[in-house]
Amino acid sequence: MKKNFIERLLPIFALLTWVFLFGIMLILFIEGTPIFKSVPLFRFIFGRHWYPVHEPPEFGILPLICGSLMVTAGALIIAIPFGLGCAIYLSEIANRAVREIIKPFIEMLAGVPSVVYGFFGMVLLAPFIQRIFHLSIGLTAFTASVILGVMALPTVASIAEDAISSVPKALREASFALGANQWETITRVVVPAAKSGIFASVILGIGRAIGETMTVLMVAGCCAVITPNFFKPVRPMTATIAAEMGEAPMGSMHYHALFAIGLVLFLITIGLSLIAEHFKER
Amino acid sequence: MRKQKELIGLLALRISILFVVISFLAILIFISIKGFKVLNIGFLLEVPKDGMTKGGIFPAIIGTLYLSIGTIIFALPLGVLSAIYLIEYAKHKGLIKTIRIGVDALAGVPSVVFGLFGLAVFVKLFNFGVSILSGALTLGIMILPVIIKASEEAILAVPQEFKEASFAVGATKWQTITKIVLPTALPGIITGTILGIGRAAGETAPILFTAVTFYQRLLPHSIFDEVMALPYHIYALMTEGTASEYQVPIAYGTAVVLLGLVMSINFIAILIRIRGRRAKKW
Amino acid sequence: MVNHKIITKNLDLWYGDSPCLKNINISIPENAVTAIMGPSGCGKSTLLRVFNRLNDLIDGTRITGKVLLDEQDIYKDIKDIFHLRKKVGMVFQKVNPFPKTIFENVAYGLKIHGWKDKTKIEKKVHDSIIDVGLWDEVKDCLHKNAFSLSGGQQQRLCIARAIAIEPEVVLFDEPCSALDPISTAKIEQLIEELKQKYTIIIVTHNLQQAARVSDYTAFMLLGDLIEFSETNQMFTTPKDKRTENYLTGKFG
Repeated sequence: MKKNFIERLLPIFALLTWVFLFGIMLILFIEGTPIFKSVPLFRFIFGRHWYPVHEPPEFGILPLICGSLMVTAGALIIAIPFGLGCAIYLSEIANRAVREIIKPFIEMLAGVPSVVYGFFGMVLLAPFIQRIFHLSIGLTAFTASVILGVMALPTVASIAEDAISSVPKALREASFALGANQWETITRVVVPAAKSGIFASVILGIGRAIGETMTVLMVAGCCAVITPNFFKPVRPMTATIAAEMGEAPMGSMHYHALFAIGLVLFLITIGLSLIAEHFKER
Repeated sequence: MRKQKELIGLLALRISILFVVISFLAILIFISIKGFKVLNIGFLLEVPKDGMTKGGIFPAIIGTLYLSIGTIIFALPLGVLSAIYLIEYAKHKGLIKTIRIGVDALAGVPSVVFGLFGLAVFVKLFNFGVSILSGALTLGIMILPVIIKASEEAILAVPQEFKEASFAVGATKWQTITKIVLPTALPGIITGTILGIGRAAGETAPILFTAVTFYQRLLPHSIFDEVMALPYHIYALMTEGTASEYQVPIAYGTAVVLLGLVMSINFIAILIRIRGRRAKKW
Repeated sequence: MVNHKIITKNLDLWYGDSPCLKNINISIPENAVTAIMGPSGCGKSTLLRVFNRLNDLIDGTRITGKVLLDEQDIYKDIKDIFHLRKKVGMVFQKVNPFPKTIFENVAYGLKIHGWKDKTKIEKKVHDSIIDVGLWDEVKDCLHKNAFSLSGGQQQRLCIARAIAIEPEVVLFDEPCSALDPISTAKIEQLIEELKQKYTIIIVTHNLQQAARVSDYTAFMLLGDLIEFSETNQMFTTPKDKRTENYLTGKFG
């Protein structure tokens, strides 16, 4: 069959996503790797000090990685139970009418811009946390975790719901027919059957939290130290890039270091995407 | 005992839903109450005055509008054409899967990484400078997965019978796609596009180094000008400048405008989807 | 002497590795109604879709043998399958108007085939709707969505859509299986009238329908053409034992 001009070009359009992915990786490599000429990779990743504008500067991103991991872990403590709770409720308990009302709420929650979350965290949550925990400053890893948790919740909820509602009805009926009640059916039959989809939802939730920028920039307090204390300010990787790129002269070591952080972030999130893909397949 | 376990379990699920609804309403109501105090026609239609301590946010509204339009002009055709290829033309299963993995991976890339890519490629390499064009292209790549996925779903939902009937009167594949498939899939594609606009309008990190400026007296008059944008404006008001007692109220006003804008965009998309589902007769 | 519109010679068709039509030799008479019947899965719809090459849409379809339309091989001599489909129209089992207005549904094929003149298109659309006996029912609502019509009306609209482009052959794939008895009677009557102008092939699993509307009948079983003769003859004195068993309800 003869194809017209646009039809011939279609495969190229479809492959553009990969072009962009490779383009992003390539750019991050080109702009990021020059930093390894002066700072070895090992010292870059495991260095404990991030003093980019000191003389001499130090580029160790361990505190930034720790910051990212802390707020992400904190966020998951909120996003996983509440997100899964929503997913199970929507798929197993809610009737159609309730579902049609609740689902838009979750979508709207996902649609709130991250800068608005950050703003909300700064003006309301941070002072509140400062007061009830008697802290000197309200912008902490804990504050960021709470907000990030709410932000990652819709991701977990919507993907987990897809997985749970695609569990065949026959399984539930078999469980009920054996005399199990609803809770037993959910916890012993439905959730185990949807296990891999639920896992994928959690992985993508992690990706959402670790890549979030504006919120952590505004509420995490931006202090590049390694601390186990959730009530101290931290400085995640994303926030570092966003905050410092504006002042880093193009082509300087600082500039390259920020791209290298971008590369680390990119590789982490691509890895998470691929893991999630693997679990979705099951 | 079993009964009590079930009651507690189901209660926990209800609490998760309550948590989502309350979080969303808390953000919405708190920001609305504070924000509507400063909101008036002047606030919407005036330029900022006296070092950002007075006046309105008109240039930021216009800037966000321009960026969103530019994003869609770029991402919509690419996304729809990719989806057409994936659903109607691509035959090789492995290729389809590879492209889909690419789409998912691109969707998982952190927004700040898109910002780095835009800075290195559009601002520097292509020499577009910090401009509407650079920002729109960066945002366009970011929302491409949203548009591809929505279009794919919409095109897939077009019944096979419509296509057969069109072929049976002698239409070519391309005629069938442009005259039957796309018009039938339009509501779904529009929904996806609107959600994409909502996402683009609310994002800050990708435009941080590619498009925005804190203050601009004149409106942009070409796509090579930098712009103000609502999300960045909130961030800048909260973190830059010295007169926070004047800036915070303006930030509230800006937040309510941005939140209102993004929420109505999402709401419209949800409405179109529900109406489309009801109107469907095939 | 009967003129034959479509002739197949040693036609075989496979989906992948499974044979679906086996050595079919059939000659379809012009300006008559030919019914193809048989139990489900016998290949009757597949055979119908050979005539307008709609099987081409399914990956892995292979064909050997010849299919001649007016002595031209539709797989070799007719290069442009879109032109073939203009000559061989089709009405489907699942009633499938486009989600467009009544007018646009009928005009669709005309526009596809390059008609530009608005008044000509309009005239042709009106004539086609008149030909299928739908005019009085829809003349005031030509610009309403086709889905506002009843199922039977929609099917007649689909017939109007098929004949608007002036085909020479019209294929009907179980056109009444989704319709009520009254609509079915109307469609059958319409098929009677249409044979003056067109060569008609109708696939059906309804024996009474085959007996009522057709001049010739083909009986198929598991991809084989068992018997092909005048309808009267087949229903009164079938030659093959298997045909007789089918007609007397022993299987199917």
